[in-house]
Amino acid sequence: MSAAVLMAEGLSRVYEIGGGLFGKPREIRALSDVSFEIARGRTLAVVGESGCGKSTLARVVTMIEPPSAGRFAIDGTDVTPGRWAGLRDAVQIVFQDPYGSLNPRQRISAILDEPLKINRKSLSRAEREAKVREVMALVGLRPEFHDRYPHMFSGGQRQRIAIARALMLEPRVLVLDEPVSALDLSVQSQILNLLMELQERLGLTYLFISHDLSVVRHVCDEVMVMYLGRAVETGAKAQVFDSPRHPYTLALLSATPVADPARRKERIKLTGELPSPLDIPLGCAFAARCWKAQDRCRAERPDLEGDGHKVACFFPEGG
Amino acid sequence: MSVALRQGPLAEFWYYFRENRGAVIGLWVFAAFAFVALFAPLLAPYDPTQQFRQSVLLPPAWIAGGDWAFPLGTDPLGRDMLSRLIHGARYSFFVGIVVVVVAASGGILLGLIAGFSPRWLDSLIMRLMDVILAFPSLLLALVLVAILGPSLTNAMIAIALVLQPHYVRLTRASVLSERTRDYVVSARVAGARLPRLMFVTVLPNCLAPIIVQAALSFSTAILDAAALGFLGMGAQPPTPEWGTMLAEAREFILRAWWVVTFPGVAILVTVLAINLMGDGLRDALDPKLKRS
Amino acid sequence: MALLSIRNLSVEFATASGSFRAVDAIDVTVDPGDILAIVGESGSGKSVSMLALMGLLPWTATVTADEMRFDGKDLRAMTPRTRRRIIGKDIAMIFQEPMSSLNPCFTVGFQIKEGLKKHLGLDARARHARALELMEMVGIPDPVRRLSAYPHQMSGGMSQRVMIAMAIACRPRLLIADEPTTALDVTIQAQILDLLTALQAETGMALILITHDMGVVAETARRVSVQYAGQKVEEQPVGPLFATPHHPYTSALLAALPERATTRLLPTIPGVVPGQFDRPPGCLFAPRCAFADATCQNTPPPVQPPAKGLVRCHYPLGGPA
Repeated sequence: MSAAVLMAEGLSRVYEIGGGLFGKPREIRALSDVSFEIARGRTLAVVGESGCGKSTLARVVTMIEPPSAGRFAIDGTDVTPGRWAGLRDAVQIVFQDPYGSLNPRQRISAILDEPLKINRKSLSRAEREAKVREVMALVGLRPEFHDRYPHMFSGGQRQRIAIARALMLEPRVLVLDEPVSALDLSVQSQILNLLMELQERLGLTYLFISHDLSVVRHVCDEVMVMYLGRAVETGAKAQVFDSPRHPYTLALLSATPVADPARRKERIKLTGELPSPLDIPLGCAFAARCWKAQDRCRAERPDLEGDGHKVACFFPEGG
Repeated sequence: MSVALRQGPLAEFWYYFRENRGAVIGLWVFAAFAFVALFAPLLAPYDPTQQFRQSVLLPPAWIAGGDWAFPLGTDPLGRDMLSRLIHGARYSFFVGIVVVVVAASGGILLGLIAGFSPRWLDSLIMRLMDVILAFPSLLLALVLVAILGPSLTNAMIAIALVLQPHYVRLTRASVLSERTRDYVVSARVAGARLPRLMFVTVLPNCLAPIIVQAALSFSTAILDAAALGFLGMGAQPPTPEWGTMLAEAREFILRAWWVVTFPGVAILVTVLAINLMGDGLRDALDPKLKRS
Repeated sequence: MALLSIRNLSVEFATASGSFRAVDAIDVTVDPGDILAIVGESGSGKSVSMLALMGLLPWTATVTADEMRFDGKDLRAMTPRTRRRIIGKDIAMIFQEPMSSLNPCFTVGFQIKEGLKKHLGLDARARHARALELMEMVGIPDPVRRLSAYPHQMSGGMSQRVMIAMAIACRPRLLIADEPTTALDVTIQAQILDLLTALQAETGMALILITHDMGVVAETARRVSVQYAGQKVEEQPVGPLFATPHHPYTSALLAALPERATTRLLPTIPGVVPGQFDRPPGCLFAPRCAFADATCQNTPPPVQPPAKGLVRCHYPLGGPA
């Protein structure tokens, strides 16, 4: 597909921890062999529980860390650490916690101005200020907020500021790392609406990272379900939500509480916990918690296979 | 609970500072001290080195034999105690300012570098600081002054060097905790390079504990300078430095109590006031100690 | 007789800029074996009211109430000493952050046994047996080994199970769970919620569940009390609340759920929760309410009869019920 704005192939990221003066450092495979494509103006949701590698994926895609293996490209340009500086304005990020992601010692004007100051050296001060005010209006921030400090704002407004900052360089791709998880319900819908309006107006491409399936179901076009650093199921929203094939996806869907007391459903009870990323089992990572697991699952790792709707399981649901 | 959401940071700071009565008193005493130091030539009745040979070792004015021309009496050379004390404030203030500025700027810079640098450089800097901290500080300052030669400037250099590791450790610790916060990552995504990350993004958020440390080391500097002066390794006579004054008057301690008492009281009051103020600063700037 | 009944509870905090009313005239009634959910956004005072009941608020807080009875005993008239005998034994509480609720210096077993020693006075052997039994009840595998584990050696889900074990150690009559699953992953959340409801059914204790998650409420609670800016705005059994909310706030909150969305853009509630300085004179929700008129802006609303869900509103929704 040539229209892909963001393309990743076999991305991996390995961290070395411990070690120090004595002993060998141990390896943590935070991200293993993840591939995806997002077309312009679309949203790919990455779903998973803590430790599944979704935040590591965000750090690799936003060029904070290089991948240990694999490659990814933005608009057909291969991203290598040497080209990071030139590609900064293509991908920006919005974090989960709007209290931690804004520098408490900077005014809103300085927070929004910083990306321009660093990356658009040719702009004059007046031009930069005009641009700041334009983006503030775009995300629904009142002009008088310009000179205030972040601590004077509520969580929802801070998240608007964080979004405005991410938009300052007119990126093509926005990585949204749990953008509404820290917000109250009544504010969450405001921010989700803002994100969807911005996507339509600016043709943005979103990599939407979340653990909240009801939010994901509402905003995304395609879904990638991750478990312990690997994608276990990918496909269009309708495919994954309506006919999930991986047992983990099924369990995740059934564990998500539904705000409808009349619909008492049978929950799939997963036993056990996530294995430690320090010693990922040999076979399928989910085998230890899976009710369908057989000897083969514990010995061999299934590949992500399928046409469009892909799944990494030897015994997928519905076929 | 969102406390004082609508107040400016300064007003909030003042609210918490005001809670601590000792700190407010300390602040006033310190303000008076700074005032005296600034306007010493205008406030002092005499030149501090002028000798009145006919009135040697005069007691304070309210004691029999005293003279209101010399309110706090005179020293063995007939110099006016009050004038010397007032000019002494000047030296102490000067020592405090210079030592804090030198120690803090060097310490902050090293701390920032240690906090951002790869592990080997970080360990190198920190082990070096550990070595300095392992010496008794006054002893180290004494050795340094002995090498450089006794003078007020050299004493200040020595004290600044001895105080520096505290700043390095403090800065490094807060850099390490701030460095992983999302706003720093966000600045990196925006393309900020290392110098900008260090000085524009992270440093302003590490300042609170450093300011407190600066206030407290101001008093340490005054104390150490007085101690070096007393040992003859700091300011040299006839400089009216408080520690030097104490040393000069040592032999008269039994005959003329005022020549030792007043410089001692001056040191005590100043150091105590600054320490009280520093405590108040810590209460006001350190969010962990804030109530509700 | 109600197990817990609180009338007109208010909590005020003395802050840098004057006093701040975090909880405003709240009534709570819980019968034995009941599951009550208290729902609200941040700043709605849902946790503060329960902390006030437990006597766990800092000294800056002033608690006033017309009535505060547990099992017929007046909690207000008690000395701190007799109150402590009830709290932790008959009323237990678990918190949001399981990792920080356990003391990292002591083993899990020691912390479970501590409560048993203090409140039940069991000897060492009986304590050990009871601790093992509790660990099994909350579904911790390999309890003998886990008893001597330290908190940092356990995952968030396991820590929360330990917290629950400690809470039910003295067979409390009332368990207050303050956002017990917010910090946990979805699959672990489901396990913990199942555990809580199973324990509730097994022991017959009453459960107060404080949460902001409407999904959790719908799947767990029997009755729901909705709080907004320190006031209780509505109370209904869970079915009717989700089917016919009477307060505009409840209705708007439910409409804002992404899973209930029918259009791409979600219905929103404009504005933010009023803070310390901009509390409106009339109905607290009036500035954000689609139905508000001049009366709502200026006059505090009355509490409607139970048929109207006890809502605090001039014009409750849902027609004549």
